[in-house]
Amino acid sequence: MNDFSELRKEVSSWINANWDPSLDLITWRKKLADSGWGAPDWPKEDFGMGLSPEESSIIEEEFSKKGVIGAAQSGVRLLAAVTILEHGTREQKDRYLKPILTGEENWCQLFSEPGSGSDLAGATTRADLIGDEWIINGQKVWNTSAHHADFGLLVARTNWDVPKHEGISYFIIDMRQKEVEVRQLRQMNGHASFNEVFFTDARVSRENILGTEGRGWQVAMTTLAYERRSFDRARRVSSDMAGDASIYREYEMELEKANEPYKWYPQRAGRGDLVLETAIETGAIENAAIRQEIARFHVLNESAKWTAARAKAAQKAGQPQGPEGSLGKLAASRVAQSAARVHTSIMGNGALLTGEGSLKDGILAEVLVSTPAISIAGGTDEIQKNIIAERVLGLPKEPRFDSGPFRDVQKNADKSST
Amino acid sequence: MEYLFTKEQTQFRESLQNFFRKHSPTSEVRRLMETQLGFDREVWKNACGSLGLSGIAIPEEYGGSGFGPVELSIVCEEMGRSLYCSPFLGSVICAGSAINLSSANKETKEQYLSRIASGEIIAALAVTENKPMWGDENFVTAATPIDKNTFQLTGEKNFVISANAADVILVITNLEERATLFAVERDAEGLDISDLSVMDPTRKMSACSFDKTLAKCVGSIDLETLCSHVLIYLSNEMIGGAQQLLDSAIDYTKLRFQFGRSIASFQAIKHRLAELLLELELAKSACYQAAQALSDNEKIKERSSLAKSAANEAFLKAGLECIQLHGGIGFTWENDTHLWFKRAKSSEVLLGNSAINYERLLLAIPTVDSVLRRAS
Repeated sequence: MNDFSELRKEVSSWINANWDPSLDLITWRKKLADSGWGAPDWPKEDFGMGLSPEESSIIEEEFSKKGVIGAAQSGVRLLAAVTILEHGTREQKDRYLKPILTGEENWCQLFSEPGSGSDLAGATTRADLIGDEWIINGQKVWNTSAHHADFGLLVARTNWDVPKHEGISYFIIDMRQKEVEVRQLRQMNGHASFNEVFFTDARVSRENILGTEGRGWQVAMTTLAYERRSFDRARRVSSDMAGDASIYREYEMELEKANEPYKWYPQRAGRGDLVLETAIETGAIENAAIRQEIARFHVLNESAKWTAARAKAAQKAGQPQGPEGSLGKLAASRVAQSAARVHTSIMGNGALLTGEGSLKDGILAEVLVSTPAISIAGGTDEIQKNIIAERVLGLPKEPRFDSGPFRDVQKNADKSST
Repeated sequence: MEYLFTKEQTQFRESLQNFFRKHSPTSEVRRLMETQLGFDREVWKNACGSLGLSGIAIPEEYGGSGFGPVELSIVCEEMGRSLYCSPFLGSVICAGSAINLSSANKETKEQYLSRIASGEIIAALAVTENKPMWGDENFVTAATPIDKNTFQLTGEKNFVISANAADVILVITNLEERATLFAVERDAEGLDISDLSVMDPTRKMSACSFDKTLAKCVGSIDLETLCSHVLIYLSNEMIGGAQQLLDSAIDYTKLRFQFGRSIASFQAIKHRLAELLLELELAKSACYQAAQALSDNEKIKERSSLAKSAANEAFLKAGLECIQLHGGIGFTWENDTHLWFKRAKSSEVLLGNSAINYERLLLAIPTVDSVLRRAS
């Protein structure tokens, strides 16, 4: 078994020769990007070293052990990077990849629309080629960090006369133009983690299409596949590194800004970890009826953890994914919603209050108004069930009504339909 | 195994599936459930002999194969799937575990376990008087000493699994306020075994009454631990049954055409099946972890009740959904679904429904237990 000791030695000696905490963050990361050590699993010609993900994680480990700041990872920048690496032209790679690693430029994803959520390929934001520019009109929604993004990954319709998946193209759009308007979207739990983005004759230069015209769906699949794989990772980027040098403060600020939209996510997942503790603190545990609810939740919560562990172990052992592998998201919805129910029982009248003065510094109140999001975001429960039924259980697909030219497909009955 | 079955365990499972496919098709289940005995002695002999099933639970030193709880759970799961009619649960799981966990000396254990392992005798375990959960009983059955090891039992035990076929009935009642295991031979005077008219005919049960019946004292026993062991194996049996019901519902809905399409193409059906799969996989995780807990001898009380309540919910839901998804045919005697539905019901009641097990599992968590003790 390879313990990667050679690799560890190599990283160490590079760090010893190059790491300099007196540099500012961007200068350090430029050096890092040029060396290949910032993105070791990327190709050699694109700021990487062509190593495996496993080797890459060893390198990451060594960086973190030695308190060395790595390449920027936060937000959706890595989604942009993977997509550009796979579908981008030489010029696009040269232009965009390095500032992604250094953290100089921020990205956002422009996929969902008010009229196309689960049905992403039903996008109606349009891109029309006029001269050497694509002219963009329409609206996107649920765009995390769009308010401080420099560039967006945009899915827009370029052909209305072919079936929906074939008429989509994928663009890199400059967010810093006045024809792009970003408005923060306030959620029912009071946070504003997302934005709405409006395009009114916004421009994308002709060379900033990613992949070819009409092949945007395939490009979007790359982004989405990576998004699914890295669902938790991007949000868990946190720092346990500390030092006096100002580079650490810069780094902390970057993380804080990037993690801001996600700070209520633990509450969205239900905070099952607080159930027993709160029940004991409040004395609710002495109520036999509430104990029943607590135990029922405990069974679900533990079973869901073990199911996730089974899926992970199978994946690690290189076994084909069993049914347990596709159930994670649906199980997470159920856990979160059951947690909200049992928290409510335990809280009693306390569940009438909100804010920092309420139980557990307001965390439980936030659970109650945040869990409804979990069965919607990142694929609704209904879509998950369709996927499980068709791909895992092998049930036949439903008849479709959207296979003809997109122009003729019935859309939302509102004034904005084409 | 931690989270995955080993290659050997998977192969073992496959060989079991082959055996049960051959020897326990539903036609055979239907034939046997109508008989008084409830199983086929030849097939049972074969299962004990060539497959070594009855010896699986039993340590090597007592003539068993000494496989671990994980392998034994696999056997239970596959038996539950095929609804194999046999004295396995009553004799090997219940009675075998009771002897193994008792304070009896090695010699006494060997005397019973080696014969249970070879299939030479069938034993039954008589615990229940009034309550579904063994640990909740206040035993009324009286044990009066005759000499050091011999007692007279007087009282009644109910819902004794496979007592109709048993050569020896193992009885648990209190002796000087400690749960104690006694052995009663089938031909003992004053023993009356009367078969119960049970809803699930694939699992025979009897009422046993004792009137100054001679019994040998086997040893004392920790009832909670015994209860946890049996709960874990029963739960694993249950998820096998639930899997069979899910498979059957999937097969049927794919073949059934209404309104010009397979009903499995309707989301109303798909979503129910996806939900059921989730419920089942969650329960499987709980049951597999419980088997693992048994093998690590860790948190078995909590894990056993956790597994049982998860298996209860999954199996019952699978039964109800399978009937519903079959439509009218699912409510007929001719359709096989009711065989598993009734097994789900009988398994749900045995050793406590979910409500009872919810309470038991919470009380097994030390912090909860100490808070409640302080409160009362």
